[in-house]
Amino acid sequence: SSRVSSSGSSSALSSLHTVEGVWPLPQSFTSSTERYPLNPKAFYFGYGRQSAAQQDCSVLDAAFKRYFSLIFPDYTSGSGDKPFTVEIRVDHADCDSYPNENSSERYNLSVSAGQASLNAETVWGALRGLETFSQLVYQDDFGTYFVNKTEIDDFPRFQFRGILLDTSRHYLPVQAILKTLDAMAYSKFNVFHWHIVDDPSFPYQSRTFPDLSSTGAFHPMTHIYTQSDVRRVISHARLWGIRVLPEFDSPGHTQSWGKGQSDLLTPCYRGSTPSGTFGPVNPVLPSTYQFMARLFKEVSSVFPDSYIHLGGDEVDFSCWKSNPDVRAFMQKMGFGGDFTKLEAFYMEKIVNITSALKKTSIVWQDVFDYHERIPKDTVLHIWKGTPASYKEELSRMTKAGMRVLLAAPWYINHIAYGQDWRNYYTVQPLNFSGTEEQKKLVIGGEVCMWGEYVDATNLTPRLWPRASAAAERLWSDEKQTSSVDEAFPRLQDFRCKLVRRGIRAEPLHVGHCKHEYQGV
Amino acid sequence: MITALKFTLLLLALAFAQGLHYNYIDELDKEAGTVRAVQASQYVSLWPLPQKVKILDLSFKLTSFNIVDAKESSAGSSCSLLQDAYRRYYEYMFGIAKRQGPRKSRLTGPSELTELQVWITSPDSECDGYPSVTSDESYELSVDLPYAVLKAPKVWGALHGLETFSQLVYEDQYGAKSINSTAISDFPRFAHRGILLDSSRHFLPLKVILANLETMAMNKFNVFHWHIVDDQSFPYLSRTFPQLSQQGAYHPYTHVYTPADVKMVIEFGRLRGIRVVPEFDTPGHTQSWGKGQKDLLTPCYSGSKPSGSFGPVNPILNTTYDFMSQFFKEISTVFPDAYVHLGGDEVDFTCWKSNPDIQKFMDQQGYGQDYKKLESFYIQKLLDIVTTTHKGYMIWQEVFDNGVKLKPDTVVHVWIGGGANEEMGKVTAAGYTTILSAPWYLDYISYAQDWQKYYKVEPLDFDGTEEQKKLVIGGEACLWGEYVDATNLTPRLWPRASAVAERLWSAKDVTDINDAFNRLSVHRCRMVAHCYDILCICISFYDKL
Repeated sequence: SSRVSSSGSSSALSSLHTVEGVWPLPQSFTSSTERYPLNPKAFYFGYGRQSAAQQDCSVLDAAFKRYFSLIFPDYTSGSGDKPFTVEIRVDHADCDSYPNENSSERYNLSVSAGQASLNAETVWGALRGLETFSQLVYQDDFGTYFVNKTEIDDFPRFQFRGILLDTSRHYLPVQAILKTLDAMAYSKFNVFHWHIVDDPSFPYQSRTFPDLSSTGAFHPMTHIYTQSDVRRVISHARLWGIRVLPEFDSPGHTQSWGKGQSDLLTPCYRGSTPSGTFGPVNPVLPSTYQFMARLFKEVSSVFPDSYIHLGGDEVDFSCWKSNPDVRAFMQKMGFGGDFTKLEAFYMEKIVNITSALKKTSIVWQDVFDYHERIPKDTVLHIWKGTPASYKEELSRMTKAGMRVLLAAPWYINHIAYGQDWRNYYTVQPLNFSGTEEQKKLVIGGEVCMWGEYVDATNLTPRLWPRASAAAERLWSDEKQTSSVDEAFPRLQDFRCKLVRRGIRAEPLHVGHCKHEYQGV
Repeated sequence: MITALKFTLLLLALAFAQGLHYNYIDELDKEAGTVRAVQASQYVSLWPLPQKVKILDLSFKLTSFNIVDAKESSAGSSCSLLQDAYRRYYEYMFGIAKRQGPRKSRLTGPSELTELQVWITSPDSECDGYPSVTSDESYELSVDLPYAVLKAPKVWGALHGLETFSQLVYEDQYGAKSINSTAISDFPRFAHRGILLDSSRHFLPLKVILANLETMAMNKFNVFHWHIVDDQSFPYLSRTFPQLSQQGAYHPYTHVYTPADVKMVIEFGRLRGIRVVPEFDTPGHTQSWGKGQKDLLTPCYSGSKPSGSFGPVNPILNTTYDFMSQFFKEISTVFPDAYVHLGGDEVDFTCWKSNPDIQKFMDQQGYGQDYKKLESFYIQKLLDIVTTTHKGYMIWQEVFDNGVKLKPDTVVHVWIGGGANEEMGKVTAAGYTTILSAPWYLDYISYAQDWQKYYKVEPLDFDGTEEQKKLVIGGEACLWGEYVDATNLTPRLWPRASAVAERLWSAKDVTDINDAFNRLSVHRCRMVAHCYDILCICISFYDKL
């Protein structure tokens, strides 16, 4: 076997030519040391005769093209003339649809002499299976490709496995987003949560309200996402089986919105006169809701996913408090001095707008904390607290019958010296007090890469392979992946795979990859 | 001096490098308007800040501009170091495309600056030499009509002056390259301004090293401390002992530095005024050496039998010193710098203690159980060996702490955090020159703006006489490689190391953190635009500054 490491762990790593080398670890598998050489010139993807999807299935045809290059990263002609075919069979020809919250990602992969059979309910499951197959193929010291005899039955533990990118604190060029989508698929993430706008900038170019980006973006031409940019992201994501979940966070985190939409934000007062600064969205004006209805109508047609993230976090009440019109409205509504009621009032109206558009809303946990009576189909997103406090929150939310998404343990923008991936790996998302029914309400988790200190120069090495640690937690069986020390050599091996694929994934610790990153 | 438009663009480009802490529970800041917008510094975007700067509100266009040798210059067209630098900075300022095609022959207007004349004033320009710790790096830059003049005693100052000149160039609102009337007189506060890269914990491909030398030049760093080998791997391909890398590198072909690679690094550095100081750390940190050199390391014992593992270099065998003589003889010819770094840190005595031959030797020497004496014995012999190669040496602070007799020109490298000030006091009181790294271990990362911590360090902030302070010749930012390779080295090092660069170059009283933030933000975009990294995201903004 190849000489993988000089630091004494080579025996551990050389065993990764088996299914143990697949990241995230499949749910059930048997593997063998029996191996078959692969020759790129005699390697084929094909559709099984019983497959509902056949030639011209856009998703799979594109995947074959991509995975051919991923499986054979250099053009050494393999040994052996025996052809090898990966035969795909899917139950549903959902080739032109988008992945959604109910899409099955289950697949079954059987590798034997001369062929691999990949069966899945949907094309999305087939994509996951292709990824697994691509990770099973390896090269020996002479460059010959091999795959071992393997049986895999696999499915995700959680249906929602997301990554949040923040394109407001720093603009991320479309290329950087697309490359992140590629790497997400390598770790079987399936939701790109696009925190597209926030206080610092509004890069989304709205058809209905073009002034939002022309005055609210860092630059009106170079630092925006045009409609075609957005389409490109969505279509690229679709081909990898990734949903694009847009977030238009309000009523707080909206400073940049105010630049292009007058009267949207609350004028703050100093004493009896406006101070010239603005606070959260103004919840007392009917024009606010007219604007939001039109904006979300656009957003819901631009983004095909059935979920929209409405934010609702960290609303600063001081500006509302200072404003006499807001105070008069509070009195009229009987809210007293409780501004959380005003926030709840606002969020309820926004959720109703998106409900009317047939979208499911996701909101940050603050909305629930303020106001537990929110529509039952809303998904709550936990972002704060220590393990003890977010577990408590998980209990409370699921007890109220709400579906929950967990992000608190995976704020990956917070960096520290050493192997902090271990913290992300050892999270136990369902280790909170609650019934089995409650646990089923946890739909998944999300890795958040907030953008205060992140742009295209450092996004990739900061994200990978640290996010991959969370990926295994969200996909794989928790019992089989409970040892962080066993995960270590596997994740090292996987990070070298990422590097080989051109992803600038940083090292976990001392060592080397056979093929180092070749850029600067 | 800064027009409103320029100001706005600065603001656009640079705001939010420090932002609100979104969703960050520990640092929730509920006050609205806490985003610190970047303000225009009166020093525009110069980094590190020159010693004396005067910029007037009078701008010139650079329409048909060229960089030429002044007639009086002692370095003419035969000085390829300068000719290379002219081309590099020309392309950097104006792009490669514009160099093609004939020069415009039209008359230039009164506010057009057509030339930068580079005038090396000393009879010996040092054009073909190597920079050293005593090199004169000073320069004077005058940007005025009819032409700008860059005066420097040696080429090393001229290189820094060209960098400064390029930092003064901006595009006006119509996109024309412009520069303001400026007078600068500049020199470094400290002579030794280094970056340590570690190519043993992870192999660093050659182009990563070269790209960082380029970025070092943009920050007026002048020493590349190449921690080339260590326990984990031995990528240096030795002509005398090729088996060291054959056996000790991560891979004998893909993960080594050949003699040609090393030469390229040295020359690339020289052309940018950067010294290359190699470190061959012994007697500890040498596990990888043992793979290719039998009997070099101490066999560790478990009870009365060798355990199969090895410890530090074996200090009691003559063969050890024969090897070191030959090895350092090679090193002294391969690396032209007057100094070699000999390491000497973190020696673990447990293996020596376990070995019966060593114990016997200790008895013979009358060392008792004081293994520091054995370490000193080894180091003493090594220093004598290196002295015969006519090199000076740098060593980590432990060697000094253990009382090894050192040559008066030895540079003691202070790296242990906590008590670094005391150590600086001790080392200089003993009359040795010293460099500081303890506060600048850049491999230690943390959330948010840690560059400020590096910036606020004052290297002379220890108890000592003026004479003692003069012995502090500089410092180094260290980027150890446990968690760093080609994938993340550049964004981890820059612009954090730039904070160290200014501390080591600029005057002691340059400490305004807000002004530094403003200039460093622009400087970061400049580095990004210089494409040391794959994505040039700031380029559009930089062009408009």
